Amino acid sequence: MEPLLAVAIGVLFAAAIYMMLRRSIVKLVIGLMLLSNAANLLIFATAGLVRGAPPLVPAGLSAPEGVVADPLPQALVLTAIVIAFGVLSFAVVLVRRAWEIVRADDLDKMKDTDT
Amino acid sequence: MQLAVLGGFVLAAFAPLLHHWFGARTPLVMALFPAGMALWLLGQWPAIAAGEVLLLEWGWVPGLDITLTFLIDGLALVFSLLITVIGALVLVYAGEYLRGHRDLPRFLVIITAFMMSMLGLVLADNLVTLFVFWELTSITSYLLIGFDHTSLAARKAALQGLFVTAGGGLALLAGFAMLGVAGDSWSLVELNAQGDLLRNHELYTPLLICVLLGAFTKSAQFPFHFWLPNAMAAPTPVSAYLHSATMVKAGVYLLARLHPSLGGTETWVITLSLIGALTMATGAFLAIQHTNIKKLLAYSTIMALGTLTMLLGIGTEGALVAFTAFLLAHSLYKGALFMVAGILDHETGTKDVTAMGGLRRVMPMTAAVAFVAALSLAGLPPMLGFLGKELMFESVLGASDYRFVILLLAFTAAFLTLAVAAIVALRPFLGTLRETPKVPHEAPLGMLAGPALLAALSLLTGLAPGMLDGLVGATTASLGATDSNVHLALWHGFNLPLLLSLLSLALGALAFRHWDRLRARLAKLEPVMARGPEAGYEAMMQGLVSVAGWQTRMLQNGYIRNYLVMTLLVLLGLVGHALFIRHSPRFDLGLDVYFHEAIVAGLIIAGAVAACVMRSRLAAVAAVGVMGFSIALTFVLFSAPDLAITQLLVETLTVILLVLVLFRLPRFATLSTPLERLRDLVIATLTGGMITLLMLSVLAGERLPRISDYMVANSQPLGHGHNIVNVILVDFRALDTLGEMFVLALAAIGVYAMLRFHAEEYDTRRSSASPEKHDG
Repeated sequence: MEPLLAVAIGVLFAAAIYMMLRRSIVKLVIGLMLLSNAANLLIFATAGLVRGAPPLVPAGLSAPEGVVADPLPQALVLTAIVIAFGVLSFAVVLVRRAWEIVRADDLDKMKDTDT
Repeated sequence: MQLAVLGGFVLAAFAPLLHHWFGARTPLVMALFPAGMALWLLGQWPAIAAGEVLLLEWGWVPGLDITLTFLIDGLALVFSLLITVIGALVLVYAGEYLRGHRDLPRFLVIITAFMMSMLGLVLADNLVTLFVFWELTSITSYLLIGFDHTSLAARKAALQGLFVTAGGGLALLAGFAMLGVAGDSWSLVELNAQGDLLRNHELYTPLLICVLLGAFTKSAQFPFHFWLPNAMAAPTPVSAYLHSATMVKAGVYLLARLHPSLGGTETWVITLSLIGALTMATGAFLAIQHTNIKKLLAYSTIMALGTLTMLLGIGTEGALVAFTAFLLAHSLYKGALFMVAGILDHETGTKDVTAMGGLRRVMPMTAAVAFVAALSLAGLPPMLGFLGKELMFESVLGASDYRFVILLLAFTAAFLTLAVAAIVALRPFLGTLRETPKVPHEAPLGMLAGPALLAALSLLTGLAPGMLDGLVGATTASLGATDSNVHLALWHGFNLPLLLSLLSLALGALAFRHWDRLRARLAKLEPVMARGPEAGYEAMMQGLVSVAGWQTRMLQNGYIRNYLVMTLLVLLGLVGHALFIRHSPRFDLGLDVYFHEAIVAGLIIAGAVAACVMRSRLAAVAAVGVMGFSIALTFVLFSAPDLAITQLLVETLTVILLVLVLFRLPRFATLSTPLERLRDLVIATLTGGMITLLMLSVLAGERLPRISDYMVANSQPLGHGHNIVNVILVDFRALDTLGEMFVLALAAIGVYAMLRFHAEEYDTRRSSASPEKHDG
């Protein structure tokens, strides 16, 4: 599965970068979403994929039996998902605010500070 | 002593408060501080003269071998005495000179801070500490030179001085780092004890170049001499202090301090003696072209600094004695003469010596002081300056390399200096009284006391040089001389140095007599002079500004796209280089895929591509949602239930947010040309492809052991939780989670503020708009 997921992650990155290079500010936001998802998936997949062995300790035991999926990258990605959401909501409101003041959706028209 | 120096900085900070209490008497009160230090130092004189070395230990950053240890030997004592004595006198003098000046408190703050930095510099035993104080003198002298900050010339001169000395300071830092590595110590005492090792070290040459760059820029050696005369834009008390005993002597001090560890090699001898001699001649030659009394003195200071460097270069025991004597003589007479120049400027309102004349009738005391000090500058008996000059000629005659060139340059400098001395001391005072912008009066006592005392010291030490024997001996000992029994005497008998002195006296008198004609001749050299090192400095600064402007226009052009493209291209280049050229990548393409997993991966790809190509905003958002939920499915399939839950929640919220907000924004418009889209597509595909390859090569590579074994094993026993991911989040890596909460809280505050301000702005706009409606 890893090679296939590697291709999917590559496509996600390519799509994110393509969208971030657009002049429309809304597309920039969509690019940002794709980028954070791509990065999360990259970290998750690079740590190695394990089927059907979540990092849980069965009741009554002090440690899981056998190999379980690595919990550390999962914890990191979990944090990253939540932070990405915070950043995204900030960006979305910022874009809306910028639109209200500048009345422009074009990043090239926002390159000076005094608009 | 350390406490005193650090206390001095505190005192500097309190100067405005003192000024509030004592008013115009503040400088007098503050002068007590350096005067007290001078008394303490005088108390150490007998012990130091007897050959003792005081090492006042004081730790600072023990882990980095940085100490605030002070080293008081002959050299440090000479310098610190000059700094404190002249410092106290300058404070008294400045009290009169700047009487009633609005910025007197500011002046007191800076000059006291400068004084303490200078003291720290000459007393520090640690290279790092020395460097810290060195830079502090650069900064405080910048503030002093630019004291009159409303004047363009002063600001320019201050900046020039700062650039030249701080630029040299950078080189010096590199030099010190190499010195510390080569000698495996940061302590000057330890470094000076292993001179042979340093001189034979492979780093010796680069190290020496860097240290010399630092010292030469600070001490205004050719070709960096141009900043010093420009620094005359400072108030005269500053010039009297910075250019007699302190700032510019710091470079000379450093060379002297490192003489035992770095000196004596062929490179050292030739560089220092030639550059020194060249600086001497340049300074003296440029001096006689000026009629501004401060510029005359400034160029003669360059001459003196050149002499000191040259003597250190020659480096024989005689030269080291000459160095010490000349150093003392110069500090005394130059301090006095600068203060006299300030008096003349203050009383007559002009700095031009050709505009003054006959002042001996109205200011006899000033005239007497000027005459005595100038005798020492001219190097005539019975002054200390005479002794210094005789010893200098003697050392030059004993030089081993390029003796004739050095002698010629030194002789030229000597007779021109004689002419300068005559111009400064005779021209304004003799002849008939001339009308000046202000009606001159005798200077007040506060202004006369300083120069009078310094001139008297020049005379006294000249008449009875024996009293300096011990101190000079101790100084030459700290410079590396083995025989520290020194006997200074005014009269050396009829010998070659005396003959040279007489000859220079005759030529100097001739030059003084025909000064006006000489100046007119030299003025024709102006076009050549305009191409000097200062023009180079100007061109460099211009170049720096235009390069900065060009690269800002190129790189910081405000298009987010350009920043991204540039970053990505660098990333592609570096990572691509590392991946394909430095490591030959191996890819493991073994496919082990279930059908439903392939469907999920396909959905991710389809969602991402669809988000890019959709023309409708709703469709794009929906495509992003499909991608997000597919990723959540991936998490489910590969043993990450917590991630799946989080992703589902966040994805749902995101789609709702986007739908709510984005629909208040305009529709997608086609803004870029097909060519631009093709370019972006290529860059995006290249980057995406590289990440795929990178990941494949990581997966094919050696699997490193997990670092989470500890967490897996201890989640239940220590964290009392069965979900290991949760235990990591709230226990093992709880600080990360705390940070995450801060980020979220900040984002929430930001979102709230932006929505909230919007509402208020809307209200004010409406309320300001409504009266207009009524008017309409």
